[in-house]
Amino acid sequence: MTTTSTLVERPTDLRKTQKSSEAAYQKDARIGGGLMTGAEIFIRSLEAEGVEIVFGYPGGAVIGIYDTMHRLNPTFKHVLVRHEQGGTHAAEGYAKSTGKVGTVLVTSGPGATNCVTGIADAYMDSIPLVVFTGQVPTKLIGNDAFQECDMIGVTRSITKHSFLVRDVRDLASTIKKAYYIAGTGRPGPVVVDLPKDMLMASAPFHYPTSVSIRGYSFVQKGNAQQIKLAAEMIQESKKPLFYVGGGTIISGAAEVLTRIARYTNIPVTTTLHGLGSFPENDPLSVGMLGMHGTWFANKAVQNTDLLIAVGARFDDRVTGKIEAWAPHAKIIHMDIDPACISKNVPANCPILGDVKLVLEQLEPLVEPKDTTDWMVQIEKWRTECPMDFKRDGKLRPQEIIRALRDKTGGHATVVTDVGQNQMWGAQFFTYIHPRTHITSGGLGTMGFSLPAAMGVAFGQKGGGLPVISINGDGGVLMNIQELGVAAAHKLPLKVVILNNSYLGMVRQWQELFHGERYSHTDLSTTNPDFVRLAEAFGCVGLRCERPEDIQATIDAAWEVHDRPVVMEFKVIMEEKVFPMVPSGATTDEMITASEEDIN
Amino acid sequence: MQTQTAGMGLTPQQVFRKQAAGESIHPDGQDVLQRHVLTVLVENGLGALNRVANLFSQRGFHLESVSVGEAKDQSLRRMTLVTTGNDRMIGQVLRQLNNLVDTIEVEDVTHLDHIERELCLVQVRCSASERHVLIGVVDIFRATVVNITPDSLTFEVTGPPAKVNAFIGMMRDYDVLEVARSGRVAMRRELAFEH
Ligand SMILES: Cc1cc2nc3c(=O)[nH]c(=O)nc-3n(C[C@H](O)[C@H](O)[C@H](O)COP(=O)(O)OP(=O)(O)OC[C@H]3O[C@@H](n4cnc5c(N)ncnc54)[C@H](O)[C@@H]3O)c2cc1C
Ligand SMILES: Cc1ncc(C[n+]2csc(CCOP(=O)(O)OP(=O)(O)O)c2C)c(N)n1
Repeated sequence: MTTTSTLVERPTDLRKTQKSSEAAYQKDARIGGGLMTGAEIFIRSLEAEGVEIVFGYPGGAVIGIYDTMHRLNPTFKHVLVRHEQGGTHAAEGYAKSTGKVGTVLVTSGPGATNCVTGIADAYMDSIPLVVFTGQVPTKLIGNDAFQECDMIGVTRSITKHSFLVRDVRDLASTIKKAYYIAGTGRPGPVVVDLPKDMLMASAPFHYPTSVSIRGYSFVQKGNAQQIKLAAEMIQESKKPLFYVGGGTIISGAAEVLTRIARYTNIPVTTTLHGLGSFPENDPLSVGMLGMHGTWFANKAVQNTDLLIAVGARFDDRVTGKIEAWAPHAKIIHMDIDPACISKNVPANCPILGDVKLVLEQLEPLVEPKDTTDWMVQIEKWRTECPMDFKRDGKLRPQEIIRALRDKTGGHATVVTDVGQNQMWGAQFFTYIHPRTHITSGGLGTMGFSLPAAMGVAFGQKGGGLPVISINGDGGVLMNIQELGVAAAHKLPLKVVILNNSYLGMVRQWQELFHGERYSHTDLSTTNPDFVRLAEAFGCVGLRCERPEDIQATIDAAWEVHDRPVVMEFKVIMEEKVFPMVPSGATTDEMITASEEDIN
Repeated sequence: MQTQTAGMGLTPQQVFRKQAAGESIHPDGQDVLQRHVLTVLVENGLGALNRVANLFSQRGFHLESVSVGEAKDQSLRRMTLVTTGNDRMIGQVLRQLNNLVDTIEVEDVTHLDHIERELCLVQVRCSASERHVLIGVVDIFRATVVNITPDSLTFEVTGPPAKVNAFIGMMRDYDVLEVARSGRVAMRRELAFEH
């Protein structure tokens, strides 16, 4: 406090004061067995934790951390995003593609509240994040101080856990706990609130090597009895079906799942988040289930006698009207979160544990099955209503997604936004590797794709698969500012805008269920010139208006390696996503595209 | 457009699911809602209490009463929660409570041998001439007089919630000025002579 007033009175002393505080700081670190300021403890802790990248934005409450970062040149990279929401989504993209914990650092008040959407998104989709938020000094908390916001209170129901650091001596161990909680069990976001005085106070630095939190534990291996029961149920079933969710990818179980499915000849459907856990080009794959799942996947669900749920949470976008869902199925439910098992549909055989370990326990107990009749039935449904689209010279989004798949052979990470573009991206790409399909499923956050794709690219550190960001013309504007960051870091993102001049998914509902009253969904007169917008951010901008130009546009985009390319596709606005189980309807009431729509 | 509609009637699996959830299998039947008493050991501190209370509003669970106090271990607090729901809902309450990092132990004592007590203060308008009548009534409940003024009496009664309810019921005949209930505290009973 006194230093501040000296500064105000004698501004010429500014540099001297800084220098002397630097000297005092260095002296501090030398004496007393290496006392460090909270800001330095913070940085050393992140280094010790093995953090590779921090997405952040500075401000008064965390200026000390930024200052220390400048002086210490830490081992991790800091990326200055252009909006804190973009930072959280970038950290989510990084976390989902690498399997590591994402890190965000923001200032108090507005910096912190700008993260709320990203934190909620990570909570819904089980993404491990640690979000460090600045806070006003401890003694001002509760005083409506400048840029104060009770972040712990605001985020209580959207975090796995949160910490307010009240003693600088607890800082390092709190950071250790935060990463541990975020990344283990069912992953999720953890907020660590850092009052400014905690960053200025000093303490000895010791980063713990292990953690023990008496109220926190998670199961790993499954109960052997239950697994035996599951194997018996699988052996007895006639029409079994794997229902595979995001937990399979989180736990790294894609390989063992694929082995078991192929060995037992059991078909596989995945959720939106399960895409990539089983190769969709395998004849056993029936694609995605649910509201916009394939006809044949949903038919299989409605007729199966044994549903083997692997890290999936029976979301209402999957089940529709739950009472009428999978009416004939016994259910084996494997999940690491006890609160997820039997939450929506009681399971006949619940198995608590990490699905990778559970499936490895199951593997030696299963036998090859003859599922020929069942597969023949599924193939009939597949030919009844294949995933296809009309080719009539008009530019349709599905054709673009298919062309992207053909360009990459499916070896790409696709990050979709929310809406129709998300569903087409899910339906038409054919995913073959885990962690190559990334989207906001549970919260459905428009504006997710661009920053998340950026996070994926940072995680690949220059190598890795091409990163494709698929957007609608509405959602892409919600975090468009991050394009500048991607350009500044020369990330070769392939940004696709399926421009249908509408908030397409809402328009689809308006057309089907609201008497074609297109209330406030027409963007045609207000959309910017996306090509010029891209160029203004230092990216390459391309526009495509006819199906015959799709290939050339994509080829041109793949020639660019040193910056993002934005491809605007002026698609027709009438195209709808089918099949569709209307909201709240039973899966048997699924609507498909009419004949004329397809051929 | 092609559509398909589901038939009526429940499949065996649907019957299993409804029964497992404690839901009625008859179209216009009632779910079986039950009152459950849970004891929860939590970390000491406002954060932990907040998280437990918040869970109930966040998840839409019912919360009838809460009581909190020190546990044997000074760094912990014991909470007693009373909630209602069918089997599926209660299962969720227990598992979600368990999932909180701040909870050390969660137990549904409803069907275990346990002791439940509640404390209640009741203030009644009462002139000097009525006192002996009223005190006669409260003696039956082993309530005690904890405050007295020329025109009021305040009683303290402790016991199982049913007794407290009965006591408050009896007091309705008089001019009740104020009631304060502690909410239940519960604990599993140690059995010394089990056979
Ligand atoms: C416009 C729109 C349309 C949508 N339409 C569909 C649709 O048609 N079909 C569809 O499927 N979804 C759809 N969704 C997404 C949907 O809302 C849900 O987000 C999604 O279905 C949930 O996927 P999941 O069940 O795989 O669970 P996730 O949200 O991925 O949850 C993971 C589960 O795995 C568990 N888990 C985590 N780690 C482990 C581990 N190590 N071991 C074991 N278990 C673990 C978790 O506890 C959790 O239960 C749509 C979303 C939007 C926005
Ligand atoms: C932040 C946010 N606001 C609103 C919504 C509701 N919503 C869901 S899809 C959608 C339309 C998306 O339009 P666009 O981005 O153009 O994509 P399209 O559906 O046309 O592919 C809207 C408004 C949402 N999911 N997220």
